[in-house]
Amino acid sequence: MAKEFELNEVEVWDGNYAASQALRQAQIDVVAAYPITPSTPIVEGYGAYVANGYVDGEFVMVESEHAAMSGCVGAAAAGGRVATATSSQGFALMTEVLYQASGMRLPIVLTVVNRALASPLNVRGDHSDMYLGRDSGWIQIDAFNAQEAYDLPLCAFRIGEHLDVRLPVMVHQDGFTTSHKAQNVYPLKDDVAYKFVGDYVPVDEMLDFTRPVTHGAQTEEDWHYEHKAKQHKAIMDSKTVIDEVFEDFKKLTGREYKRVETYMMEDAEVALVLLGSSVETAVLAAKQLREEEGIKVGVVAPRCFRPFPYDLVREALDVPTLKAVCCLDKSSPGGAMGALFNEVSAAAYTTSSRPMITNYIYGLGGRDFAMDEAKRIMKEQKAHADAGHITTNIQQFSGLRGPKLGFYETRRS
Amino acid sequence: MAITSIKNLKEFSTSNDRFEGAHLLCPGCAHSMIVRELMNCTDDNLVIGSNTGCLEVSTAVYPYTSWDTSWIHIGFENAATAVTGAEAMHKARKRKGTLKDPDAPVKFVAFGGDGSTFDIGFQWLSGAMERGHDFTYICLDNENYANTGGQRSSATPIGATTSTAQAGTHSYGKKEKKKDIVSIMAAHGAPYVAQLAPNKWKSMAKGFQKALETEGPCFINTVSACTTEWKFDPKDTIHITDLATDSLMFPIYEIIDGHELNILYRPKNVLKVEDYLGAQGRYRHLFKPENKHVIEQIQSDIDKNWEMLQRREEARI
Repeated sequence: MAKEFELNEVEVWDGNYAASQALRQAQIDVVAAYPITPSTPIVEGYGAYVANGYVDGEFVMVESEHAAMSGCVGAAAAGGRVATATSSQGFALMTEVLYQASGMRLPIVLTVVNRALASPLNVRGDHSDMYLGRDSGWIQIDAFNAQEAYDLPLCAFRIGEHLDVRLPVMVHQDGFTTSHKAQNVYPLKDDVAYKFVGDYVPVDEMLDFTRPVTHGAQTEEDWHYEHKAKQHKAIMDSKTVIDEVFEDFKKLTGREYKRVETYMMEDAEVALVLLGSSVETAVLAAKQLREEEGIKVGVVAPRCFRPFPYDLVREALDVPTLKAVCCLDKSSPGGAMGALFNEVSAAAYTTSSRPMITNYIYGLGGRDFAMDEAKRIMKEQKAHADAGHITTNIQQFSGLRGPKLGFYETRRS
Repeated sequence: MAITSIKNLKEFSTSNDRFEGAHLLCPGCAHSMIVRELMNCTDDNLVIGSNTGCLEVSTAVYPYTSWDTSWIHIGFENAATAVTGAEAMHKARKRKGTLKDPDAPVKFVAFGGDGSTFDIGFQWLSGAMERGHDFTYICLDNENYANTGGQRSSATPIGATTSTAQAGTHSYGKKEKKKDIVSIMAAHGAPYVAQLAPNKWKSMAKGFQKALETEGPCFINTVSACTTEWKFDPKDTIHITDLATDSLMFPIYEIIDGHELNILYRPKNVLKVEDYLGAQGRYRHLFKPENKHVIEQIQSDIDKNWEMLQRREEARI
């Protein structure tokens, strides 16, 4: 029996340590992992729990991230709770197995500390890895700070392991900005946290020898399509379970999570939509701009990147006063609009007010996104609103040195 | 330990049939013989992993399966990791008391072809061996990427023609020698490593049983004659394998704890390698006068290797 870890009512933890504590409290059966900056401390933290008797499960240190996810898939098929952590290049290396894990309907939890993808090599935080996972069939939940980096993995086990879902879940946090920044975190006691997560219920497990199972079969054009459609339905329908789990978590802790977080949207004329640690920057900037210049700014932050909450994003943007929205993508889109711009535009197209929508690429490779820049972008949206049309290119780059970059123009005037 | 006794081939071949005869492997493929021998040499429960390859695509095409046991396939390279992940889960759940039948004896086995073992899955295999999991990895070595139509692998012997190392007017086929996977695995310090062949079914079954009984990571390279890509008549699989073992192209031996080498089969009459090469289409071009030196080199390599194996056996180090 694992030892109880004595915790204070409030601890000072960074996002990495917060995530590792959540993994410990979930009493995982197998963690197969490979360290990579900036998520290494999650694995190291877990290793310390193993070394000191706080974990009953197995800790398998494999030789690569591909093997980490492969080991997780094998372990999950053997009928127990499984999790791991990674970032960036490690995430890219395990991408093949991410698709296999979701296709095999194995509820693994992956804590991702978001980091840029090379080249050029860069260890700082952006959302390139998170975006790389967006078609992988995993549920993707985003933590904006250390408290959320602790809370959301606990929710993730409940969501992924729910018998109506049975899908793997990623919990993202921003590299360094969240992962290495110590903040006050209110943890649950070990028994309370485990009770919330609950016992693992095996499904089609390989260690029940009374009922042999074949995992990872082949299907060609005869059945592949039906399997993928069923998998898509499972992730689209998971929103109900996500809402239920967030509701239960609120009852337990008082901390409320929604698939889309909204701030000051009730009367907003302009809005920013963004993800991750920048949400807190944007919210503060919006508050100040409301006070300083009376510009009615709101912020919309999808908590769930997959399944993408089209319903709630549309609801958030279906505000009669809303005229201009800017979607900020922290990933180089490689010849397209940012992914958030595309998703939000799709959601907003069927609103009655149909606001103008623009796109900023920002923060690549850990480039700082500060209050002044947030305010500047907000004021630019106000200029669009006042003019009645988009006065700049639709896609621009924020905080970039050298000549200004802009792409694509509106036909509305 | 639930080890099946070995009486005669007929009885043994049907003693514990957990691999269905209805599968899609080519007629004459040695894979199913080897797999069936593994599954029949023990009564223990089995958790089997397969890399992508001939065996995998021929035995688990939805909605059918040939496996009457726990079986998993993830990708081309990671059966060793899948099975050792399951082995770790077994340990954890046994400790925590969450297994349905905690006393049920279970063995963990991974299968890969030479493509996934020698090449694309080499890292995953090496990692799993180094971590010391209690499992057995069996390579079904048919010396080419047979599942994708017969391309070279690092197990393809020098002189064989494959679609990506072809014999032609300017080429005698593959230029490079076969990778010595058995030595590499022994160098991992694995407690049991062997090279076995299905024509010597008793030594193969005993080797499998030894690997399953041995705690820790074990590796076995098995010769799996490939009627399609080696180009011989499907009825001649065992005959070709006889030629392979009796010409010492495939010596049968084991290495215990990384150093103690035992030769498990000594042909009474050692055949010339021409007898083995001449029976297969993939070596036909070597019999042209300009390629004679390749046959000479193969024979010389075989002689040197056999000398080395015998000396290592005598030395007991």
